[in-house]
Amino acid sequence: MTDEGQRPPGRAAALTAAVAWVGERAIAGVEAFLGVVSLGGSVARWMVRPPFRLENLFAQFDFVGVGSVLIVALTGLFTGMVFATQSWSAFERFGAESLVGPTVAITITRELAPVLSALMITMRAGSATCTELGTMRVTEQVDALETMAVSPVQYLLVPRVLAGLLMGPLLAMLFDTAGIFGGFAVAVLIKGLSVGTFLLRTQDIVGPDDVTEGLVKSAVFGLVVMLIACYRGYYASGGAKGVGQATTNAMVTSAVSVFILDYLLGLLFH
Amino acid sequence: MAERIPMISVRDLYKSFGEHQVLTGVDLDVEEGTTCVILGGSGSGKTVLMKHIIGLLKPDRGQVFVEGEDVVPLDDLELERVRRKFGMVFQGAALFDSMTVYENVSFPLREHSKLAESEIRKRVLDKLAIVGLHDVAEKYPAELSGGMRKRVGLARAIVRDPKIVLYDEPTTGLDPITTDYVDEMILTAKEKLGVTSLVISHDVASSFKVADQIAFLSDGKIVAHAPPAQLRASTHPVVKLFLSTWFGKN
Repeated sequence: MTDEGQRPPGRAAALTAAVAWVGERAIAGVEAFLGVVSLGGSVARWMVRPPFRLENLFAQFDFVGVGSVLIVALTGLFTGMVFATQSWSAFERFGAESLVGPTVAITITRELAPVLSALMITMRAGSATCTELGTMRVTEQVDALETMAVSPVQYLLVPRVLAGLLMGPLLAMLFDTAGIFGGFAVAVLIKGLSVGTFLLRTQDIVGPDDVTEGLVKSAVFGLVVMLIACYRGYYASGGAKGVGQATTNAMVTSAVSVFILDYLLGLLFH
Repeated sequence: MAERIPMISVRDLYKSFGEHQVLTGVDLDVEEGTTCVILGGSGSGKTVLMKHIIGLLKPDRGQVFVEGEDVVPLDDLELERVRRKFGMVFQGAALFDSMTVYENVSFPLREHSKLAESEIRKRVLDKLAIVGLHDVAEKYPAELSGGMRKRVGLARAIVRDPKIVLYDEPTTGLDPITTDYVDEMILTAKEKLGVTSLVISHDVASSFKVADQIAFLSDGKIVAHAPPAQLRASTHPVVKLFLSTWFGKN
C-alpha cells in the first residue's frame, strides 16, 4: 500500500513544476499564434491603404526572391539527384527504373519544393528579417517611424510579408525545375535511362494538379514564415540578447509551422 | 479676452504596466513657443509621459490635449495627422542605420510632401547647417560620434518645421562640451524656428540652461512646476535633494 506520507518530498514539487512548465509553454504558444494572426490582419489592412511604396516592395522581392535563387536552385538540384539515386536503387530490384522520373517529379512538386524552399526562405530571409526588425525595435527606429507619422506595419512589414507570399511560389517553381533536372541527370546521364522513357513516364503520371498543390503550399508557407519572422522581430525586446532570442524563436516556430501546415494542406488536397 | 489654449495639456494621466504604477495623476501645461523640461530621476516615468503625448502609449485614465485636441481616443490614422505636428529627438538618436545622413534627414519630407529633389536637398542642408553639421550628408550613422548622431536626429526632427519638438534625454551620455553644444542647439531651434519644446532630462545643469519652465516628476506625479529660478526655492524634499546634487546643499 502506498503511503502518501512516505513519498519523497520533492516528487510533488517536481510534478507541479512540470505541469506549470507545460502550461506556461501552452499559454505562450496560444498567445504567439493569436499575435501572428492579429499582426497578419494588421498587415492586410495596411496593404490596401496608400501610399504604396513600390521601391520598398521590389527591394524585398530582390532580397527574398532573387537573393535566394542560388541556394534554392542548389538545394533543388541535389535533392533531385539524391532522391533519384535512392529511388533507382529501390526500383531496379523490380525492373521499374522507368518510374524514377515521375516519382522524383511528384515528390518534388507536391512536397519537397514547397517545404524545402520555405525552409531556405526561413533560414536566409526570415532570420535576416527578424534580426533587422528586432534591432530596429530595440534601437527605437520603429518608434521613430511612428513619431514621423509613418506606419511601421505599412513601411516595414507589408513589403516583407508580400515578398514571402509572392516569392515563395516562384522559388518553389525554381526548385521544381532544378530538382527534376537533378533526377534527370542521375537517371538519364548517369544510370543510362533513355530520355524518352524519363520524359514520357513523367508526363503520363505528373499532372498540373501536382504542380498547383505545390505552388499553393509554397505561397502559404512563404506568407507564414515571413509573418512569423516579422512578428518575432517587431515585438523583440531586451537588447541584443532579446533580438537573438527572438530570431531563434522565429526560426524554430517557422520550421515547425511549415511541417504542420504541410500536413494540414495535404489533407485538404487529398 | 479668449483664454489661450496650451500647445500641450495633460490632465489626470494614469498608466501602469502590470502591477507597476508608473504615472499616478499627471497634470501639465506647455505654452506655445516655450521650452518645458520634465526633470526627474531614472525610472520616474518621464519617457512614459512623453510617449503618451505623441500617442505611442495609451493611458489607463486621463487626457492628453495637443492644440486643444484630445489625442487619447484617436485611432492610428488620426494619430498620424496629429504626429505631423511633432518632431522627436530620441535618446540614442534612432537614426535609420541602413540610410545615409542625407536620407535620414530627408525621410520625413519624402514621406509627407511632394517637393522637388532640389528643394529637399536645400532644406536638408539648411537644417544640417542649423545643427552645425557640414560634409556629413553622405556618411552612415555608424560613422558618426554620439553627439553628431544626436544633432542629425534633431535635424531630422525639425526638417518639416514642426510646431512641437520632443527631446528624450538629449544630453545623456555626452561629454560636457558636446552637452553644451546640444543645449545651444535646443535654444537655437526655439529661437530660429519658434517651436514649442518638451525636454525629458535628469541633467540639472542643462535643464536650467534651456528651460522656460521645469516640471519635476516624482512618484508618477508632477510635484513642482515653475520657472528655473523659482524651482530652486522649492521646499519639496525630493526636488530639494535632486537640485542639491548640482547646486549643493545650501
